[in-house]
Amino acid sequence: MNFSKIISPKLAQKIMNIVFIISIAIVILILVVIIGYILFKGIPVVNLEFLLSTPVDSGKSGGIFPMIVSSLYVTLVAGVIATPLGIGAATYIAEYSKKSKIVDIIRFGAEILASIPSIVFGLFGMVFFVVFLHLGWSILSGGLVLAIMSLPTIFQVSEVAISSIPNSYKEGSYGLGASKWQTVYRVVLPAAIPGIVTGVILGLSRAISEAAAVMYSVGASFQTPISIFDPGRPLPLHLYMLATEGTSLENAYGTATVLIMLILITTIVSNFIISKYQNKIMGK
Amino acid sequence: MVNNKVSEFLIEKGLFITAIFSVVVSLVIIFFILMEGLPAVFKIGFFKFIFGLNWVPSDNEFGVLPMTVCSIYVTVLALIMAVPLSLLSAIFMAEIAPESIRRILKPAIETLSGIPSVVYGFFGLTILVRFVREVFGGTGFSLFTASLILAVMILPTIISVSQDSLRAVPKEYKEASLGLGATHWQTIKNIIVPAASPGIVTAIILGMGRAIGETLAVMMVAGNVAEIPNSILEPMRTITSNIALEMGYAVNIHYQALFASAIILFLIIITLLIIAKYIQNKYKIDLSSA
Repeated sequence: MNFSKIISPKLAQKIMNIVFIISIAIVILILVVIIGYILFKGIPVVNLEFLLSTPVDSGKSGGIFPMIVSSLYVTLVAGVIATPLGIGAATYIAEYSKKSKIVDIIRFGAEILASIPSIVFGLFGMVFFVVFLHLGWSILSGGLVLAIMSLPTIFQVSEVAISSIPNSYKEGSYGLGASKWQTVYRVVLPAAIPGIVTGVILGLSRAISEAAAVMYSVGASFQTPISIFDPGRPLPLHLYMLATEGTSLENAYGTATVLIMLILITTIVSNFIISKYQNKIMGK
Repeated sequence: MVNNKVSEFLIEKGLFITAIFSVVVSLVIIFFILMEGLPAVFKIGFFKFIFGLNWVPSDNEFGVLPMTVCSIYVTVLALIMAVPLSLLSAIFMAEIAPESIRRILKPAIETLSGIPSVVYGFFGLTILVRFVREVFGGTGFSLFTASLILAVMILPTIISVSQDSLRAVPKEYKEASLGLGATHWQTIKNIIVPAASPGIVTAIILGMGRAIGETLAVMMVAGNVAEIPNSILEPMRTITSNIALEMGYAVNIHYQALFASAIILFLIIITLLIIAKYIQNKYKIDLSSA
């Protein structure tokens, strides 16, 4: 408080402007250094052979093909299960629910799910899917854990997207004699698709990044999984094991690079498609 | 028409089931964790478990206090480093930066929050551990290293959530303040930040939840000694790392004790969630009465 007497407001303004710019510069620098360093070390390792061959000698050399398949596979399973559930829940809350008590409980349930630490999901996956339901260490068990983990993100983001559709859209549809579901299915959901897709991508990028949640449910097999009952070893788990067991730093950098690229490319491509779609339905 | 009504009814019920699914799953998770964990609490004894200082599974000693303390230490340290930096950056993005720069920064920060935690941990293991060892001494595997990694990981979360709440402050507030002759910084300090503070607190709590729940990134750089560290350069082990490290081979009471420590984690997270809810609700009432 005493500072304001010594330093004039104008000087304070100038100082703070510099402080703001320095802070954002530090943040950007940290993030660029981390990503840049990993890509710098990893890109030389990544080539077609690395992507398409199987690991040799527990990952000391060879490629990461089975891990890429595992990652895509568990994420696919998670997406197939979580997407309809998340969108259904969001549609219900945004369009159908009236009683605020139930809405509050459902939202709170989703918030609890969203904030459960990944290792607790891991424990749950192990006792529930692997042991209790006898699904064993498998792509299915891992995918189910990831489905539960990504569900709240898909639900929360889609709900915002659906409830932000203007009422005039719905009134137009009702005015033409459409029923509630016809309106929701033909008018509201198509208009909300950009937001819904963002939610699905966010949820699934959480799923594809997870190692702790699946380390006790998906197994750690080096084989390429074929059926959903086969065990697998998703990329983050492989990276974790390579790094901590000191197997091969070089292959660890390569794996990290592939993982980062996978997420960045998915995000960028989906953003591009969303903006195209948005322009199309807006008639631009 | 009757058919139509029936199908409308069925669709509504179907959607209701999807909506209630999250609640059911949360309850099932809580039930299974309690079922596996509670027996250990009774067998070990509540006080011995919560306040016990020794975690030696081979001697049947299961005191979880060192891990609880370490989880809290590492989270608080990470927040001390991350909060000022993220708030200043959020204010820059919401208030200072021109629209063109903001358009680049916002998706960049959001994308970065999607980088897998294992990647951060891997960077910590290869670079940060060596850096801390050479600059500050010790082995490099330490409470400090872990909190550095966590601070970096929660930056994007705190920045994007508080940035949104800063931008949600009504324009009139700002215009009134500027109209009274206040500088932009005075307006930010006295008007915008206080008005956005519930959102900022939510952002910090979200970051806190992420930090306390993070497992592998911390495990890779923390050294994982199950004792309360005497300095920030000593190794330590959090609740989450303890579970991840030992679950692979734990049996009987050891296995149950790990689930019991998950209960503690759960309680901490739910407490944080309730505090965040309380602050949000209070803010809502304030807005309507104003």
